[in-house]
Amino acid sequence: MNDKPKDAKIICRCEDLTEDEIIKYIEQGYHTLEEIKRASRAGMGHCQGRTCQRLIAQIISKKLGIPLENIKPPTARPPVKPIPIKAILNLKRKDTTQD
Amino acid sequence: MTTKDAVIIGGGIVGVSLLYYLARNGMRNVLLIERNYLGSGATGRCGGGIRQQWSTEINIKLAMLGREIFANLSDELGHDIEWHSGGYLIPVYTEEFAQQARKNIELQRKLGLEVELLKPEEIKSIVPQFNPADVILATYCPTDGHANPFKTVFAYAKAAQALGTEIWEYCEVQSINRKGTCYEILTPHDTVATPILVNAAGGWANIIAKMIGIELPTTPYRHEILVTEPVEHFLDPLIISFDGDYYFRQEHNGGIVGGMGNPDEPPGINHRSSLHFLIEFSHKLAKAMPILRDVRIIRQWAGLYLMSPDSQHIMGDINGIDGYYQIVGFSGHGFMLGPISSKLLADYITDGKRSEFIDAFSYRRFEEGTIQKEVSVV
Ligand SMILES: Cc1cc2nc3c(=O)[nH]c(=O)nc-3n(C[C@H](O)[C@H](O)[C@H](O)COP(=O)(O)OP(=O)(O)OC[C@H]3O[C@@H](n4cnc5c(N)ncnc54)[C@H](O)[C@@H]3O)c2cc1C
Ligand code: FES
Repeated sequence: MNDKPKDAKIICRCEDLTEDEIIKYIEQGYHTLEEIKRASRAGMGHCQGRTCQRLIAQIISKKLGIPLENIKPPTARPPVKPIPIKAILNLKRKDTTQD
Repeated sequence: MTTKDAVIIGGGIVGVSLLYYLARNGMRNVLLIERNYLGSGATGRCGGGIRQQWSTEINIKLAMLGREIFANLSDELGHDIEWHSGGYLIPVYTEEFAQQARKNIELQRKLGLEVELLKPEEIKSIVPQFNPADVILATYCPTDGHANPFKTVFAYAKAAQALGTEIWEYCEVQSINRKGTCYEILTPHDTVATPILVNAAGGWANIIAKMIGIELPTTPYRHEILVTEPVEHFLDPLIISFDGDYYFRQEHNGGIVGGMGNPDEPPGINHRSSLHFLIEFSHKLAKAMPILRDVRIIRQWAGLYLMSPDSQHIMGDINGIDGYYQIVGFSGHGFMLGPISSKLLADYITDGKRSEFIDAFSYRRFEEGTIQKEVSVV
């Protein structure tokens, strides 16, 4: 099933992406965390990028020569922790504001 | 000052596909300006659904041509857009919509579309996990499908650049002035002069139109969507219900992505996520697909619908305003209809080719009062 080299360095565990794969996306022209996330799915897994986003920022920084502090984190999107649908069904329907 | 033969404002599906089709028609000294990154607007946030089951003749014809483009796009552009011809299943819950569905099917079949009318108990032959409770009937078109919006945008942009066009990202159009026969577009990078200006700014199109003194009849509304954790592939069609007010499909990686409309949504540009949507949509999903009750939702977000008064897009020029074109107001279906519409508009811009579509979707329909509302929308 897995065609990745044995010694490959895994960067995003949730979506199974290696360092080489991330570098390939950067070379294709995806230069920001947001773009790499949308193109590769790195950061869209269960942990919502808590593990991989910092590592990817480091790769971008090294590859493109951008200082790490200048790399913008992608937009954080709720829910922060995955919630089962059946748990959401128990929440009250009426009182929620439509912000 | 930069000089171009044409400038497109907006790097969503509409802008990038127009860039590509203009270049393919031989117009290559063209610039696309995008305020953020490509696909950052509605396109990168959308459901990716591509259907031909519409209620008006013109939309059915257009959508059939549009589907043809998607089916061949990975090959044409040399980049996988994850086209999946899994069909669209449309469950109907009310007598009013059932009548409409029967009418739609008749028209769709007349136009050569393969669609089936299903009894509630027949739905399980297509999607065994679907709960048919309260369903009166369903329609199913096996040749509808879906694709990955972000990859589609990327594929068009790369192909357009390879033909010699240019794209400026992270560059916001700030104002536009008319100078003789040219438009002068002010951006932080440079000022650009062009005789042809195309407004493809999606939910922000009204703001661009105002820069040259045009009031569009379109209105932006937030539309919310969410995705679950990946589950094993089990769902081929996209399931949408107009009266049930929901839609969902399974993505390439296994996540279920879906959303609903909100009749109480106030107009405006708003990208926040609401708890209201999370709860309401979870109820709909749990009812339609009980096996998803144990699945976890991992992310929700929002994008803009630019609604036009008849839920159909507006494309072409405006009487008396030389060199200005617009391709806006796709309401909730600009991903599927964007590429074909851009192709037709490109033919109109480069060769003056007027198709029945250019006439039907022209701005003039509001001046002449010849509008027919599309009803098959969420
Ligand atoms: C939640 C949701 C689900 C949807 N599901 C579907 C679906 O399943 N199928 C379907 O066909 N459609 C769907 N749609 C509708 C579809 O997403 C849109 O109709 C389509 O993406 C519009 O494309 P666009 O290129 O016109 O706009 P956009 O993708 O919004 O692109 C416009 C671009 O213009 C840029 N821009 C704005 N102002 C400026 C400026 N001043 N200077 C430079 N650039 C500027 C923006 O940054 C933006 O990137 C959905 C929409 C939403 C929100
Ligand atoms: S490690 Fe990348 S999303 Fe979890």
